[in-house]
Amino acid sequence: MTNIYVIGSAATPVGEHYSRSLADLASEAVRGAFASAPGLTARSVGALYVANALGDNLAGQGQLGAFLASAVGLRGVPALRVEAAGASGGVAMQQAAQAIAAGQCEVAVVLGAEKVTDRLEGALEAALASQSDAEAEGINGLTLNAQWALLMRRYMHEYGYSADAFAPFPVNAHANALKNPQALYRFAINADKYRKAGQIASPLNMLDCSSVADGAACVILAAESVAQTIAGPRVRLAGTAVATDSPSLAARPDPLDLTAARASAHIALGRAHMGLGEVQVFELSDPHGIAAALALEAFGCYGRGEAPRHAAGGALAPTGRTPIATAGGYKARGDVAGASGVYQVVELVRQLRGTAGPSQVPGARIALAQSLGGIGATAATCVLVSE
Amino acid sequence: MEIARHWRQRGARYRLEGQRSRSTGAVRFPAQPPALGEELNEWELVTLSGRGEIYSFSVIRQAPDGYDAFTPYPVALVRLAEGPLVSAQLTDCAEGDLAIGQSVEMATRLLVDGGADDVLVYGYKFRPTIQ
Repeated sequence: MTNIYVIGSAATPVGEHYSRSLADLASEAVRGAFASAPGLTARSVGALYVANALGDNLAGQGQLGAFLASAVGLRGVPALRVEAAGASGGVAMQQAAQAIAAGQCEVAVVLGAEKVTDRLEGALEAALASQSDAEAEGINGLTLNAQWALLMRRYMHEYGYSADAFAPFPVNAHANALKNPQALYRFAINADKYRKAGQIASPLNMLDCSSVADGAACVILAAESVAQTIAGPRVRLAGTAVATDSPSLAARPDPLDLTAARASAHIALGRAHMGLGEVQVFELSDPHGIAAALALEAFGCYGRGEAPRHAAGGALAPTGRTPIATAGGYKARGDVAGASGVYQVVELVRQLRGTAGPSQVPGARIALAQSLGGIGATAATCVLVSE
Repeated sequence: MEIARHWRQRGARYRLEGQRSRSTGAVRFPAQPPALGEELNEWELVTLSGRGEIYSFSVIRQAPDGYDAFTPYPVALVRLAEGPLVSAQLTDCAEGDLAIGQSVEMATRLLVDGGADDVLVYGYKFRPTIQ
């Protein structure tokens, strides 16, 4: 089986792009990714995987494979949309890698694109809520934020934390976003501001909830034979894995255990022949501190109930034990829904090429991205290695 | 208009109807189709007591379309006496009185008003247990 490499990657700024359409954003990301892969042309592309979670609900556009292939200059290429809620990007990465591994093509493009700001907040909350069990949970007005809030409250109860203990997660995210020109929120926050922020779904407050915004990110994957022809340092997609769990929190034996997050991470690391301890930088689904805490604990980076303590000690910073959100994470770079998993890879490629600027993790060689759909009902992991 | 979709839920929404395993006695809610490898009649319908305690709760201030009129509203994961967790809104309570472990019971309330062209959806919420 061929090795698979990331030969190009780029993203648009995350934002409220009222003057730009889904196609405009997608085009910019794809052009940027091709510009980073000198010599590569559209003719080389054998498949396009569009990662999108909310297109039919919020962008009013279906059949995004053909629609965006045509819009970005890949007309005629086999194309389809991958939908797995917030994990769409990670699942699309795996689909593209599998197409190359199966010999179906030598170059596959993954395009995460999301356009959400044409609709008001209530429509967004409803669309996100419909990604859990719509009949059993969505009908109760249970939002995605509130589901994480239920886990946070239980976590605080079981392990004896106050809500303030989660401040280090968004504080770290904002500190890194401040240095990322593509981030949605380029300002710093502190624990005091966190404490005073208004409630969204208690105990989650405004400074512990991501904002879903518009953006597109593109990653070009290629077989080794093609990657050898592209100049520059190489980043290998060493392993991918997808796992699932019940979309309904109530149906899980232990709601604080993100079993799919653990399975997906460990299977992907196994396929990459890597150990968890070797990972130097992480990109997680971190719309809230509790989400990152539960993921790090599910992987086994920290024991259960311990992640907030380590976060308070600086573990999340680029120089810490488990750096996360180096571009600002979901909280401050911006939550791009189904495109987030592709943004994650764009950031980790910067880290592995040593071009991440002030948020560079020193000497990063091995990185792990994981995107979650819903509360970890789908978990998709990519392990990346610089060569 | 989603009349049939809501009508299919009438057992769960109005009676808290779940299922009990004929072989292990385990109870689950809501009812599910039989899993691969299970006998078709493995799970029998059972009406749950509607009693339980709060496993966790949240008060929602940023609501989906259709729920604005209720905002802010409390939601919870409730551990039912028979074992399963269920997510639901809480009702007939003050935000400051809520606590994990508090005893609650089912009450039938309006869940959502679909508007002039749709239905009023009723179903279970949970309220502090009346002694």
